[in-house]
Amino acid sequence: MNGTTVRIGLAAALLCSVFGTAAFAGEIDSYSVVTQQRLQNPEAGNWLLYRRTYDGHGFSPLSQINTGNVAALTPIWTFSTGVIEGHEAPPMVNNGVMFVTTPQDQVLALDATTGDLIWRYAPKLPEDLFQLHPTNRGVALWGDKLYLATVDSRLIALDAKTGKVVWESKIGDYHRGEYSTLEPLVVNGKVMVGTSGGEFGVRGFIAAYDADTGNQLWKTYTVPSPNEPGGNTWDSDAWKTGGGSVWITGNYDPKRNLAYWGVGNAAPWPGDLHPGDNLYTSSTVALDPNTGQIKYYHQYHWNDSWDWDEVRPPLLINMEYNGQMIDALVHPARDAYFWELQQTDDGIKFLSAWPFSYQNAFTSIDPQTGRPSYDLAHKPTVGKLVTFCPSLWGGEDWVSESYSDQTHLVYVPANNGMCGEYNGVDKKLIAGQLWLGADPNTLNLLPRGDHLGELQAWDPVTHKQVWMYPFPNQLFASVLTTAGDLVFVGGTNDRMFRAFDARTGELLWQQRTNSGIIAPPVAYQVGDTEYIAVQSGWGVDAQRIQQSLSTTPLKVDPDAVPQGGVIWVFALRRH
Amino acid sequence: MPPRPGDLLVLADSDTGTAPLKPADLKLGADPYLGWALDPNDKVPRDGTRLNQILLMRFDPSSLTDREKAWAVDGVVAFSAICTHQGCTVTYWLTAPQVLECPCHQSQYNPRDAAKVVGGPAPRPLPALPLKMAGGLLVVAAPFTDRVGGEQQTY
Repeated sequence: MNGTTVRIGLAAALLCSVFGTAAFAGEIDSYSVVTQQRLQNPEAGNWLLYRRTYDGHGFSPLSQINTGNVAALTPIWTFSTGVIEGHEAPPMVNNGVMFVTTPQDQVLALDATTGDLIWRYAPKLPEDLFQLHPTNRGVALWGDKLYLATVDSRLIALDAKTGKVVWESKIGDYHRGEYSTLEPLVVNGKVMVGTSGGEFGVRGFIAAYDADTGNQLWKTYTVPSPNEPGGNTWDSDAWKTGGGSVWITGNYDPKRNLAYWGVGNAAPWPGDLHPGDNLYTSSTVALDPNTGQIKYYHQYHWNDSWDWDEVRPPLLINMEYNGQMIDALVHPARDAYFWELQQTDDGIKFLSAWPFSYQNAFTSIDPQTGRPSYDLAHKPTVGKLVTFCPSLWGGEDWVSESYSDQTHLVYVPANNGMCGEYNGVDKKLIAGQLWLGADPNTLNLLPRGDHLGELQAWDPVTHKQVWMYPFPNQLFASVLTTAGDLVFVGGTNDRMFRAFDARTGELLWQQRTNSGIIAPPVAYQVGDTEYIAVQSGWGVDAQRIQQSLSTTPLKVDPDAVPQGGVIWVFALRRH
Repeated sequence: MPPRPGDLLVLADSDTGTAPLKPADLKLGADPYLGWALDPNDKVPRDGTRLNQILLMRFDPSSLTDREKAWAVDGVVAFSAICTHQGCTVTYWLTAPQVLECPCHQSQYNPRDAAKVVGGPAPRPLPALPLKMAGGLLVVAAPFTDRVGGEQQTY
């Protein structure tokens, strides 16, 4: 582990580049170039990928902060981003430099030990932009550059040292509802991104760009045309506006050279408006990063009607199954089933699935294929008010679970008993306009039980829930595990950031923050100090749930959680 | 170019082409219609930017407030469709409270009363588009009454 390599340039000033961009301009003196080797085997003290490692575990091997001393965890520095809306990005850390993104696609470079701002990139966004999800989930790191996918559908490469734009490419057309909020995934110099916009009736895709030039290398639609493989799973022209958006960073298996991406729901919501199984919506696809070719896939549920995007890629876990070590794909899904699949040289094989939260839409799962059968009374359709569990926000939404390489448990930020309803409507698509297929008068949450949020610890080998910690209202944030046997998560409307004992579920520490936390926490080390960092900045779906719950018997205060982003960094108090 | 006095109106729904709207084309109490202003000379919709989008509804004229009556024609009311909070398109019509709602942050407006803000974070009403009638058609009487668009976020 190198020491910090940050030095802030003397002349910090507001500059306007040719891109019409304001930037607080300092400079990083020396920067540790990011290579494929470093991404595949990251140093323990760094956080170079969305979930730190390509397998998506969200696990840090650092253990200076642990169950024995976490009670002494204390804020070391904070930084107010000056931006409202949902802060959903992990602080990315490369040898003492932290890169954080905010809503409105700002990027901040900070000294990870002091919180000094080195530079700020603040792009000009178009005035006519319709930001249904005003957020960003982080920059990708490769070479001496950072890669930002924007809410007006651009991919921008920044010089990591200065924050200056190196190149910019178009991903899609925001006028038609294509936009990006995800952190790109870089493999061998190919920058992969996906498009959001299922709620605007886009046809989803994943695309790759040359990290040096910004040239598009390939573009693969997640909804096939009739003549492509899977095209026969669309019984009408609905594929043209079929959704299948991609808005969470994929995982990558270097052994098989496969990038795993999660694909969103079919559009619009009611399944009778897009008859057929609707590949590859609500699926995971495994594609070749060199060509974009979809090599394998597994569809979790066919003909989605619930807005259950399955945009998180599966966790890649080498684990024991029936006495043998297998390459498992593990996915606690938005459809509230815990899916276990196996990647073999022949394809993706279904192993098992069981509900981790109350679910009333599936009646059974085919033991061979994993294909669910449905209770049609709980499958939304046009012209009928249908209730279903879980709600459109699912058993686990886009927020990431974590797998501890030490406890070998999967920690799921779940909502249990948060049911919902809507009445399907058949409306014509107007380009760039919201197109949900749901009557807004009937979009309600129906909470049941004595609590909603649950932090759940699952053993993927025995299929047993090891512990569960309940929260009165929604839980909506990604999870971090560390080798200190700790689980960190925010996500509650009381603005807390919490640490749990990974083995017992005991609450060991909590800190109230400025706002609510929906972002992924990270762990990093500079010098001899381990830090935990997270952004607190409530908004988007967590706030929409808050709003919806305010009209239920839970009567939460819709304005209880103030907005405004702050980066929080913690370490052990030194006496 | 934003709507100008003398412009006609068309629906944004592509199937209906560019036939200028009459009040009877809008159903009483129906969900909001999205429309564009139509240049009366070359019959081209002013659809170059979403910021030009017009929200149209039709009510019983007697249910409108006096200030709304001054801008409405035959019960047809017209506003900018762009939420004054963060610029999303206001498309939801909530039937029980009879209010327009923005899908992004639940700002609510009363279309019978000059799109007055009745809920949520919007800082000001939707700009109105005053209408008049000419030759049985809906015609723009005056430009939007206020700046179109949301609040700009800065740091």
